[in-house]
Amino acid sequence: MKLLLTGGRIIDPSQNVDAQMDLMIENGKIVKIGKGIHKPGNASWKSSAGEITVIDVRGMAIVPGLIDIHTHLREPGFEYRETIQTGSAAAATGGFTSIACMPNTKPVNDTRSVTEYIKKKAVSCNIVNVYPIAAISVGSEGTTMTEFRDLQDAGAVAFSDDGKPVTDSALMRSALEYASSFYMPIISHCEDLHLSAGGSMNEGFVSTELGLQGIPAIAEETMIARDIIIAEYTKTILHIAHVSTAGAVRLIRDAKERGVKVTAETAPHYFTLTDEALREFDTYAKVNPPLRTDRDVIALKEGLKDGTIDAIASDHAPHASTDKEVEFEYAASGMTGLETSLGLSMKLVHEGILTMKGLILTMSTNPAGILKLPKGNLKIGSDADVTVIDLDKTWLLDRNSMRSKGKNTPFHGWTFTGKAVMTIVGGDIKYRELP
Amino acid sequence: MKLARKDILGIKDLSIDEINLILNTADSFIEVSTREIKKVPTLRGKTIVNLFFEASTRTRTSFEIAGKRLSADTINISASTRSVVKGETLIDTARNLEAMNPDAIVIRHSAAGAPHMLARMVKQSIINAGDGAHEHPTQALLDMMTIKEKKGKIAGLKVAIVGDIAHSRVARSNIYGLIKMGAHVIVAGPAMMLPRDIEHMGVTVHDNLEKAIRDVDIIMMLRIQLERQQQKLFPSLREYSNYFCLNRQNITLAKDDVLVMHPGPINRGIEISPDIADGPYSVILDQVTNGVAVRMALLYLLIGGKQ
Repeated sequence: MKLLLTGGRIIDPSQNVDAQMDLMIENGKIVKIGKGIHKPGNASWKSSAGEITVIDVRGMAIVPGLIDIHTHLREPGFEYRETIQTGSAAAATGGFTSIACMPNTKPVNDTRSVTEYIKKKAVSCNIVNVYPIAAISVGSEGTTMTEFRDLQDAGAVAFSDDGKPVTDSALMRSALEYASSFYMPIISHCEDLHLSAGGSMNEGFVSTELGLQGIPAIAEETMIARDIIIAEYTKTILHIAHVSTAGAVRLIRDAKERGVKVTAETAPHYFTLTDEALREFDTYAKVNPPLRTDRDVIALKEGLKDGTIDAIASDHAPHASTDKEVEFEYAASGMTGLETSLGLSMKLVHEGILTMKGLILTMSTNPAGILKLPKGNLKIGSDADVTVIDLDKTWLLDRNSMRSKGKNTPFHGWTFTGKAVMTIVGGDIKYRELP
Repeated sequence: MKLARKDILGIKDLSIDEINLILNTADSFIEVSTREIKKVPTLRGKTIVNLFFEASTRTRTSFEIAGKRLSADTINISASTRSVVKGETLIDTARNLEAMNPDAIVIRHSAAGAPHMLARMVKQSIINAGDGAHEHPTQALLDMMTIKEKKGKIAGLKVAIVGDIAHSRVARSNIYGLIKMGAHVIVAGPAMMLPRDIEHMGVTVHDNLEKAIRDVDIIMMLRIQLERQQQKLFPSLREYSNYFCLNRQNITLAKDDVLVMHPGPINRGIEISPDIADGPYSVILDQVTNGVAVRMALLYLLIGGKQ
């Protein structure tokens, strides 16, 4: 089975390429990249090449398959919110070929059996690559470390107690040291639970007006500072999840300058919305960490531009209507992201914050690097995980037509420019809206 | 004249004209409560549900009396958190009430925004009787009515609001209302009870009682929630009352004709000394009287006969 994409704009930060070329896929691998692989009218070429599916993607971008390293697939345990099947379908629709899923399922992914279950289920769904992230501590309760080596052997690609911080600094130190000894990243959910206690939105003028208890930026920043200090001291690998504040960007930038092995991600909603989105108590815009302020949005964009923030990850957090259609402070935190992440991030390109190459770096190449996945590039011999993006396609988001079970997005009715129109995973087309 | 709106959710979204209309209407209802037969037929055949998810004696009674004096049928539901425990959501409660077709629902809830959610869900008029630390519009209206009654005006007056501003819906609604009506508002409390960026609401901020009440026309003392001590918001009631209790000595810093107000219930001797609460400056019981008139006015303006 051969697949030839012709006439597209190939953007691959790993090879520093941004040029119009063809790309050929054979047996699940990328076998050729170059100008004029396809010579229209060259009959002999056609016959010698055997069965080739040729797809004309002129005017569109061909990029390494997008990778979302922060999703919640809710299975096992919360299948009413999302399943590996529906989450994978949402991923393919959003242009993602690989996703990593957080361990806050029920049971928590803290043992080989859960990791294997997720892997097996994902393989049987056969849509996108699913990489389980295992818990740092048993039950993500922050007391006893999980069996890192066994979990790695079962297929876990990183460790995180996402949703909760590791409050015990000694446990965090041990986790960083142990994971780093076999080159596995620790992904830290940075939140000082004492400072955030009772809060349901960013602490600032809007929370003051709404009378809602705030979560101050310092709840995130003090924990990031702690983790950076531990990682620096132990020379270990640290990845900071869902960065949302200007102070956090500054801490990470300073740490990188000192040579600390820290990477960071932010989510599209943090550089798109501010706490003003909560004026009408819209629970769909309730997330943790919370939406911040204009000042933070500017700092996050600067961080993306200068590379302080390595990756964009959606923190895809599907919820059922029963989780959200309640009083604001009782509502669950989180929004779906797999089907809006690219559309929202494309706005950074339109605003001139990132080049297309820079965008693909943060949505594919860097995410692969953080989790050490052999992905995120279009090099010859690599897995044929490829996303085709129609950069000019304007589309309207209708939450009811999303593939995810979670319809909880505040972006319903928004118009986007730029959409994944074909998602190829391991050489097979998993999503296609091209003619 | 009627209010051209379905709900009263907060003072923030009321215009000056609307506030004046409510206050003037309330003035005209004062007299009803002084009659021997304290009842007018204005809302006969109307049904008002008082849906209280949070304990309240004063506000609930005031709404009930207001409804009854207008001849409406009033039903009190003290939902506390019981229905929540049973698993019934606010939305289900609301839809069930809606199905019984009342004309107005008065709601008090510990969660900010709960009345707004209800207002989006049901077709009936919603009156916010206090939502979390967000707004308590009828309290601010009765406070403004009292100030106007005693001082003849609101514009140009200096008003100090003192106490746990961070957790006070009374403070927020009064800040919106008083500033709209042209007063100068000063807020004061221990630093940890002053919410972030409160100065952007247009108020002067002090962390000291004496500074806050100097030369003011009105002092509004807020009830200190005794459970806040556990939330690390202040060291002890003793310390709080030593520094933030309005008493015979510090009240001399205010104007000679200062009015002392309190939304109640009072913690005597903690935020206000008994002699001040019961003394000549106090208009605390006038506030309660005016509360009935303001609530009658709102009910009339929202669900009263067709224009």
